[in-house]
This record gives sequence, C-alpha cells and structure tokens, in this order.
Amino acid sequence: MSRALRLLPIILIVWILGTFAWKLVQPSDPTVRSQLVNRQVPAFALPAAVPGVPPLRSSDLATGEPRLLNVFASWCVPCVAEASVLEELHAKGAKIEGIAIRDTPGAVAAFLERHGNPYTRIGSDRNSRVQLALGSAGVPETFVIDGKGVIRLQHIGPIKPEDVPGILAKLEEVR
Amino acid sequence: MRLLALLALALATPLMAQSNMPPSYWAYRQLPDARQEAQAQALMQELRCLVCQGQSIADSDAELAGDMRDLVRRRIAAGEKPSEIRAWLIDRYGDWVSYRPSAAPIAWPLWAAPIILLIFGGAIVAGRLKRTKS
Amino acid sequence: MTAEAGLAALWLAAALSLLGLFLSVLHVRGKLEADQSVRGLAIVQGLLCLFAFAMLLVVFARTDLSVALVVANSHSAKPFIYKIAGAWGNHEGSMLLWVTVLGLSGAALGAFSRQLPSRTMIAALGAQAALALGFHAFLLLASNPFARLDPAAAEGRGLNPLLQDPGLAFHPPTLYLGYVGLSVAFSLAVGAMLAGDVDRQLGRAMRPWVLGAWIFLTLGITAGSYWAYYELGWGGWWFWDPVENASLMPWLAATALLHSVAVLVARNALKAWTMMLAVIAFSMSMVGTFLVRSGILTSVHAFAVDPTRGAFILILLGLYVTAAFVLFAVRAGKLREGAPFELVSREAAIVVNNLLLTVILGIVFIGTLYPLMAEAVTGEKLSVGAPYFNAVAGPLAILLGILLAVGPLLSWRSESRPVLRKLALPGLIAATVLVIAFLAWPQSTSLTKFGLALAAGLAPAAILPLIGRNPLRTPLAIWGMAIAHLGAAVAVAGMAADSAFTVEKLAASRPGETIEVGPWLVKFEGVRPVAGPNWTAVEAELRASRGGGVHVLRPQSRFFTDPPTETNEAAIKTVMSGQLYTVIGQSDPEGRWQLRFWWKPLVTLIWFGGGLVGLGGLLALIGHARRALRRRAYR
Repeated sequence: MSRALRLLPIILIVWILGTFAWKLVQPSDPTVRSQLVNRQVPAFALPAAVPGVPPLRSSDLATGEPRLLNVFASWCVPCVAEASVLEELHAKGAKIEGIAIRDTPGAVAAFLERHGNPYTRIGSDRNSRVQLALGSAGVPETFVIDGKGVIRLQHIGPIKPEDVPGILAKLEEVR
Repeated sequence: MRLLALLALALATPLMAQSNMPPSYWAYRQLPDARQEAQAQALMQELRCLVCQGQSIADSDAELAGDMRDLVRRRIAAGEKPSEIRAWLIDRYGDWVSYRPSAAPIAWPLWAAPIILLIFGGAIVAGRLKRTKS
Repeated sequence: MTAEAGLAALWLAAALSLLGLFLSVLHVRGKLEADQSVRGLAIVQGLLCLFAFAMLLVVFARTDLSVALVVANSHSAKPFIYKIAGAWGNHEGSMLLWVTVLGLSGAALGAFSRQLPSRTMIAALGAQAALALGFHAFLLLASNPFARLDPAAAEGRGLNPLLQDPGLAFHPPTLYLGYVGLSVAFSLAVGAMLAGDVDRQLGRAMRPWVLGAWIFLTLGITAGSYWAYYELGWGGWWFWDPVENASLMPWLAATALLHSVAVLVARNALKAWTMMLAVIAFSMSMVGTFLVRSGILTSVHAFAVDPTRGAFILILLGLYVTAAFVLFAVRAGKLREGAPFELVSREAAIVVNNLLLTVILGIVFIGTLYPLMAEAVTGEKLSVGAPYFNAVAGPLAILLGILLAVGPLLSWRSESRPVLRKLALPGLIAATVLVIAFLAWPQSTSLTKFGLALAAGLAPAAILPLIGRNPLRTPLAIWGMAIAHLGAAVAVAGMAADSAFTVEKLAASRPGETIEVGPWLVKFEGVRPVAGPNWTAVEAELRASRGGGVHVLRPQSRFFTDPPTETNEAAIKTVMSGQLYTVIGQSDPEGRWQLRFWWKPLVTLIWFGGGLVGLGGLLALIGHARRALRRRAYR
C-alpha cells in the first residue's frame, strides 16, 4: 500500500473525531422547529373548542393586527404555568388566539375557568391536523403572526415571565 | 419539561403526557383498499415520529404519531401521492421528518459517498490484483 | 464491604495493567526478560476484574441500597433474574462488564497463547494492557459502579420495564464478548506490527480469537434483533437505529477480518489488509461504545446521556485508533508480500469480499454519522434511515451473496477449472425464483425480489463444497463454512419473506368477534386483568386457527409502577411456516379493543439463519482447534 493511501485513514479519523468533539461540546437541541417561520399561515377553519368562545379561522389571523397564536391543551402540564404569563401578555395588550389540541369542550372549559381565559378565539384541533399543518410538534407553543398572516416567530415550550418583553417587542416589530 | 417527556416517551408510553382523547380514526385502522393501505404503510415507515427517540410513525404508539398516521391514510384515501404527502411534511418540519434523505444539495455527499467508496476501493483492489498477476 | 472489595480489585487491576505495560515495553526493547511476568500480570489482572464483576452481581442480587447504582437501576420487588441482569442494564455496570471481558481476554491470551515468538506476544500483551489501562481509568474516574449513597435510600428507582426481559440476560453479555474479544485481534495486530512479525503464525494465533468474537457478535446481534422484534410490539426486526448500526459495524469488519485471516494462514498473503481490518474491527467496537454512551446520537437504545463521559471515551478512542493507524502507516510498507495469486482464485474472491464488506461498513458508518456531519456544517437537521441503507447497501449485499456462492468453489492461487458449471443449477433456481417473484409479488420492492432469488440460489450453492466429499473425512472447518454460508442464505430468505409475504391486520373489536388475518381466523374471546410481580395488565384471550387445531394467544398491555410506564407484551404463535404476532392496545369508549395482528410467513428463518451462521463459526473454531492440537501432538 502506498504511503498516501496509508495516511488517508489518519486524515479521516482526525476529521471524524473532530466532529464528535464538536457535537459533544454543542448543547443538545432536540426541539423540532417549524419551517413556516416567515411564511404564510396555512389556511384552516377550526370549530369552537368551548361554547361561548368564538371558533378560529386562518383569516382571523390576517386582519391587519399582529397576534399571538398559542397552541395548548387542558391536559398539558406546562400550559398551567404558562396561563398566568399569557394573562400578563393579554393585559399588556397582546391579542391571543388559541388552538386546543386533542381536547374536549368540558376539559377546556374547566381549564379556562381555573386558569383564566386570555384568548379572543379558541379553535378545537381534535386530531392535531392544524398543529401538523403549522409545523408544531408539541404543546405548548406560541407563534407571533403579523397583520398579513405571516408567521414571524415560533416560541417552543411555555412562555416564561422573562420571555414576555421579547414577545411584546416582536409584536411591535411586526406591526 | 418537554425534554423529560421526550425521554420518557422514548421507550414506552408514560402515563402522564397523554390527552384525554381516543386515537384519531385512522391511527389504528387500515384503509379498505389494500393497494392504498400498502402505499400508506410504505410511507409511514419512512416518516419520523416527531416526539420519539428515533422511530418511524409506523412503529410508535405516541399520540402525535397516531395523528400523523391518520393524516397519511386520509390523504392517500383522498388520492394524494405519497411523494406529495412527504413533501408537505418536509415543508413543515424540514428534512428531519423523512427517513429517506432528499435529493436536496445537503444530501448529495450522502448519495455520492457509496459510489466514491466503491470506485476508491475498486481501484485499490484492482491495483492489488494487477500486482499479483506478474 | 462488598462494594469496596470490588472497587479495590479494580484499582489493583488498573495498577497491574500499568505495570504490565511498562514491563512489556522493556521486554520488547530487549532491556528485560519479562515474558513470564507480563503473562502472569495479565492473568492476575483478568481475575481481579472478574472478582470485581462478581462483587457487582452480589450487590445487585442483595439489592444493596447503599450503592448508588443499585438505587438508580433496581428495586427490591424486581424478579431475581432481573436483579442480576440489571447489573449490566446500565452504563456503569455494562462498562464494568466491558472491562472484565477485556481483562479476561488478556488473561486468556497470556495463559494459552504459546505459538508466537516471545517479542510479538509480549508486544501484544502490552497493547492489551494499554487498552485495559485506559478503560480502567474511564471506569474508575468517570463511571464508578461501586459509588456509595450515604444515607442509603429507602427503595430503588426500578429497572426500565422494557429491559425486564430474558433478552437482557443474554444479549449484552454476548455482544460484549464479541466487541471486546476483537480487542485481542487488535492487540495481536499491533504487537505483530511493532515486532515486525506478520506471518502465518500470527494468522493462526489470531484466528480463534477473531472467530470466537465473531460468533458471539453474530449471536448477540441475532438475539438483539429477536428481542426488539417481540418487545417493541410492531413486528419490526431491524431499524437502522444508530445503536444497532454500532453493533453491525464491528460485525462487518470482523467478517472481513475472518476471511482475510484465513488467507493469511493458508497463503501468507493479504498481510496489510488483515492488519488494517484487525485495527478497524476493534476501532468500530470503541466507536460504537462512544456513540451509545455519549448522547450525540438519538436512539431508543441509548444509555443515559453524559457529555463528560463522552469526552473521556472520545479521548481514549482517539488515542488508541490514531496510534494504531499511525503504526499501520509506518509499518505496512515493510510487510513483505505473500504468495502471488491470479485474478480468478480464492484469494482474489476474498479480496473482493473484503472490498464489498468494507464498502458496506463505510455506508453504514456514513449513514449513521451523516446527520451529525450535516448539522455540524450547515446547522440543518436531516434523518437517514432504512430507505437509504436499503437502497445503497442492499444491492452490494446481493453482490456479496453471489460472491458467497462462487468463492468457496475457487482454488487457492489460481482457478482454471470451469467451476461456474457447478453453479448452473443454483443459478437456474435463483433465476426461476426471480421470475416468480416478479409475477407473483409485483408490489414488493426490487431488493426483496432479488433477496428471494439470492436465498434460493445461495442455499444449494453453499452446500456445493461438501458434495463429492466423504462426509466423515471432510475437515470440520469446511462443514463450518458451508453451514455458515447456508445460514446466511436462510437469514436472507427470512428477511425477504418478511418483506414480501407479511399480512397486517388492525382491528377494533368487541369480545366475541372474529378477525381474519391472512389464512388465520382469530376469535377475540375477551379481556381480563392479570398481575405480575411488579406490574398489572389487561390480558386478551385470542383463539386462532387455520383449518387445523386452535391456538390460544394471550397478548397483554402492561402497566408498571416503578417507573410508571405502559408496554405491550405481544403474544406470538410460532408454527412451521411462520409466526402469528398479536398485540392488544387501548379500548375505546364504545367497548372495542385495538387489536393488531401480523401473519409473518417464514420470518423465523431470519434468526434461525443467524443461529446457523454462529453454528458454522463454532464448527470452524472447533475444527481449527482440533487441527492445532493434532499438529502439536506430532511434534
């Protein structure tokens, strides 16, 4: 075997080990992000999740005013903690639309009664179909949508109090 | 919290992170048309479960996997081609959701590598065999 | 006390391997006559590791809740066999098993290997000691299995329910014997390259180790596949999961090495290939260990994630692999070419065999790591799974299968007889099956069709070397080769059959209903609650028949409390022509139960074939050993 040939494995090894080392140092990010950021919200029309709260259509997200779209569920434990933060955002003027994933009217009603209702409209997505159409992979997730119905930000996981200023700023930015 | 749920979902269904609702209609039902069901099954084997640790949606009991199976079967029954459904999902979640690497530039080295390996290895072998002939 | 004794034994073993390494370096440089000492140190070190492992087993058997590892992975209510098997069902315990096998391999090498010149042998033992030293350091400094918990816990956290299965008792130890057995081949190669002594004798010394490790790897992978098949509840038997690939890669390298060593012994040729493959095989074992324990790849099989441990293994891996490859780069030029051979000869066939196996190994390696590489360079995530591997490695595997039929018929050095004539009948059978496959199962994939044809042709072809010989006078090694190749054909038949003939049926049924699954009629009698030692379950009673008698199947949906999880326990009925695989799922509000059925004709051939391959290897191992003993007796 020629000398060059015998050196090749060593070059490959160094490259591969280097990649391993890089990946070890990187914080692992298992979240699956939506590819629809900076793209139009897909068309959908969901029935009402709870009697008394209007249903949600994609056209409701393109009325000229930026909105938050919060994907949640009554059975989702982190959503409970997020509820108070959503109240805070609502109090500060953010308009919040909700999509309840795999939920029943009774359970959603109970959730809203216990934790408050910051939502203008709530759509019921019983089979996760709109969730899949949005590129969302879990609950809770929140999307910042501008006046034209374009998704401008995806926040994965519950919104924490420290995230509130950032979300409000983004809402202002896309106005 | 989601990471914990993800890790727990990895191997078996934990009794915490589930909704109160039954699985979607087509999550555990086969399409009546055998040919369509075979198409759906083949596609489901190639789509990655979004909340599992490396399983296809065909092999997972996770709820979202069931909902994805429901989506696939529904669309195949409506006449859509598997490639269209795959493209729709890749449009939403990126190449990550498909176990079949795409033809996009990011996957070219992947498809090229075996050919390069074969040519390279073949050259070494050919050289060896030629040397022994003399 | 027990835990401390185990820990002390490990420290002592580490110290002895350091001493052994030191002495072997002196011996190889000619400064000291240390043959007996190095051998002795290797033996004692191995025994100390064994003692430490025994202490771990004792601690788990007694559910000693003052040991942190037991608390994290066991529970006093666990069945006894899983208390024991749970000792290696976690990172630290399995790492101790790894180190124990490494130590015992070194001990056996030192105790029984007498046919190599002293310098080569001691260099090899030195390499083995160097390996042991690194892994001991990892174990003691980053993965101490004997760490105490003070104060002791009230109860353990339990073992993952999916691991509470006989598979855990068998699969990891078997695999580790394989992975770590390859370390001896690695050390012998390193030792021989250092001492400058690569020849037939080395091949003879290496072969039993390679064969032994390869047999264990084959059986371990086969067992793992069957375990996943019946445990995961969907009837799949291979997922191209990174951890599965991590076990396949050493196996591919070991298979190529096995054939290469055969050429080294028979013809004193392929020296460079053999040395390179010996280094690659154990390197793949170490890479596998790294991938599984570092958390850089997502997998259902992965151990608990810890980047610091990953970094430690990466450094060890980097040191050992780089050093071995540098040694190869420096010494390979000095390896004298062996006997020449023609283009059409057994040696040439084995060279092509090595090429195909190595390319398949490369494909599996690249496919497994590509998502990582792509993310490093572009930041985007992508997935590589079965569609890629089947498309790319599948055709190469078919080519390899054809080579399996031709190779054994060729003579060493040069083949001038028309051997292809012997393959006329197998070829005809294969072609016929291919045509039938296209006509009868047009919807199956091309790979499946060619797989069926290959299996049909390879099975008779594998036995050809035996025909025309007196069965009692044929060397056991030839029997072994034929049976192993036959096993490969049988396994491929099973894989192709599973792909082509499986019938799936999903049903939502009420008790009393009958479901049709292929040729079977399955009556759903009802469900009842059952309880086990640490679980409760809903058990369905199914009565399946296809004309003949009635078979009763009882699939369960089990709920464990520690940790709280739900699993499916499939009920499988094995008959001569295949398996009926049944699973029970959830019930819906209207009282219907989810039932899943698969009728899988001929699927058991997959694992039966794997077993045959292992058996073939075992026969070859015994055959070579008998020959070696006879040769020594004549001297």
